[in-house]
Amino acid sequence: MANKLTGQPPLIQVEHLKKYFQVGRGRVLHAVDDVTFSIPKGTTLGLVGESGCGKTTVGRTLVGLYKPDGGKILFNGEDITGVKGKQKRALNRRMQMVYQDPYASLNPFFTVGEIITEGLEIHGIGENKKERMEIAYDLLQKVGLHREHANRFPHEFSGGQRQRVGLARSLAVNPEFIVCDEAISALDVSVQAQIVNMLVDFQESMGLTYLFIAHDLSMVRYISDQTAVMYLGQVVEIGDIHEIYEHPAHPYTQGLLHAVPVADPDYEQARKGERIMLGEVASPINPAPGCRFCSRCPRATEACKHETPQLRYVGGTHQVACHNL
Amino acid sequence: MSEHLLEVKDLKVSFDTYAGEVKAVRGVSFYLDGGETLAIVGESGCGKSVTIQTVMRLNPEPPARIVGGSILYKGEELTSKTDKEMRSYRGKEFSMIFQDAMTSLNPVVRIGKQMCEAIRIHEKVSHEEAKRRAIEMLGKVGLSNPETVYRRYPHTMSGGQRQRVMIAMALCCHPSILMADEPTTALDVTTQAQILELMQDIQRETGCGIILITHNLGVVARMAERVAVMYAGQIVEKGKLSDIFYHPKHPYTWGLLGSMPDMQERSDSRLTAIPGSPPDLFAPPKGCGFAARCPYCMEICLQSDPEESPVGEGHTARCWLLNPYAAACRPVPPVGRDKQLVTPEVAGYLERKGVTQDGQ
Repeated sequence: MANKLTGQPPLIQVEHLKKYFQVGRGRVLHAVDDVTFSIPKGTTLGLVGESGCGKTTVGRTLVGLYKPDGGKILFNGEDITGVKGKQKRALNRRMQMVYQDPYASLNPFFTVGEIITEGLEIHGIGENKKERMEIAYDLLQKVGLHREHANRFPHEFSGGQRQRVGLARSLAVNPEFIVCDEAISALDVSVQAQIVNMLVDFQESMGLTYLFIAHDLSMVRYISDQTAVMYLGQVVEIGDIHEIYEHPAHPYTQGLLHAVPVADPDYEQARKGERIMLGEVASPINPAPGCRFCSRCPRATEACKHETPQLRYVGGTHQVACHNL
Repeated sequence: MSEHLLEVKDLKVSFDTYAGEVKAVRGVSFYLDGGETLAIVGESGCGKSVTIQTVMRLNPEPPARIVGGSILYKGEELTSKTDKEMRSYRGKEFSMIFQDAMTSLNPVVRIGKQMCEAIRIHEKVSHEEAKRRAIEMLGKVGLSNPETVYRRYPHTMSGGQRQRVMIAMALCCHPSILMADEPTTALDVTTQAQILELMQDIQRETGCGIILITHNLGVVARMAERVAVMYAGQIVEKGKLSDIFYHPKHPYTWGLLGSMPDMQERSDSRLTAIPGSPPDLFAPPKGCGFAARCPYCMEICLQSDPEESPVGEGHTARCWLLNPYAAACRPVPPVGRDKQLVTPEVAGYLERKGVTQDGQ
């Protein structure tokens, strides 16, 4: 896996990305605050963190659904931060998104065929309607559905099948980069496994690059090459997937990994009574200076309250933002 | 009469719809004792929620209909009780924690009023006494400033806080059975860990029995003493926690365990998905409900439904493979500690049928 990361030019580079939302009365919600990472071509970055940590905002800003308030996004080495018009449209074809909620993200008035061919039509792929439908049939088969499904409506499908349709829709325009925003969170475990396997297959056969956003840490391990852990708008730890799972350095990453229940009764029995991470995510509105995790951190010292820790290399590609390592 | 706190025997529940009869629960039996936790696991639509909702008789009848079986609570038969009689049980004898705390709390009523309502329905106490108990309960579930929480509306709270309120509300009449329907599915892992610990603390303190519905096997491993695996309206396997995880006997349990990602071992391998999706319960298959998705399916599985057969102390499974005439069979890839490979004859059989274990 490690050699997959090295030697590949980065497809996506994000530098000091910032996205703030004005929430009235002069208050500012720091959804994404100075985030930097890069994703090499053909690999997957898993972005994890609790709800409200800004991981979805990162994904949405990347594909251009939000305008960043600072920083740069490079796609294939080109700065795409403020592109508009025709260029933007061309980019939309190359970057796609699969959404969290398979129920809300498909138009209930469109048949599956129409949902898939809409993007083709917009980007002028395929000569006529017939040709575009052929492409749709092909895609349906690729994602494990049948061509007869093209004439059905979203409500006739189960959650897993809908997520397949959503995936077919984003694959239709032949993208290079896909943001999977909690694409499997709403599904049953066995269906999650089906979708994850499918994503891995498509990555291998089509050379896709993924940003895989999830709060389920166990599935992230199966699909990612790198992981970035976010807390309140900032990346607190980033690096090679196995490095992070086997040697988590940041107290937040350790807490997150520790909280995941393991399907092994003896293991669970053995760690009964161990301390779990307390508290909840603080508010991202006008955050105080200093380390944002310090209110929940078991290792917090006086310095953490005043100084924001920066990401530092702790070996290889592994970077951690913590004062007390 | 009955030695168990709650005993459900051969429960069958159907829903009458315009499209026909949906056989949601098709003969489910289990029991629960005080102070223990029973986990019911299975995919969505397998009937696990309907089962416990029927125990509380929460499904409107019609369309729901108890076709057969019995529910004994402290020796008393519940299936024949009227709605009015059931009211004295709900909230008092058993209460429920729902998955989605946002939609289960009344958005236009303050937390305190919702809680006092439940207390005053079951017990003749004054407003002040009810309020005192509600605040005490809110403090017990780990909410800081219970007096403030008492006066708040649900939308001003986070998902974890709302779930704590739900638990406080469920506990305020000291029920002897707590039913939790996917209590942590919508929560973050860290909040999930906190809520699960809270439920265990409460169980230790009050000695109530917990029926936990979930599809997360990690949660099961952390919480349960006994496990029932449900599929297509039936319990296909049940037993002690260690039996189900380390010596599973039903191919569906193998599939479930195989599709759980392994957090401890470094793994670049693929997950084992169970191919296909559950059968349509409008017309349940004649044979075994899992046959269409089962890699070990035999002729007989399509013809007739297997009986529950004991495979150990308190451990039963519904599968024809357990029949002495069936070929010995092991899960591929091996799950749990049962890490032996398939016997040669079964491998050959699988090869002949061209079965793979991958997704569709």
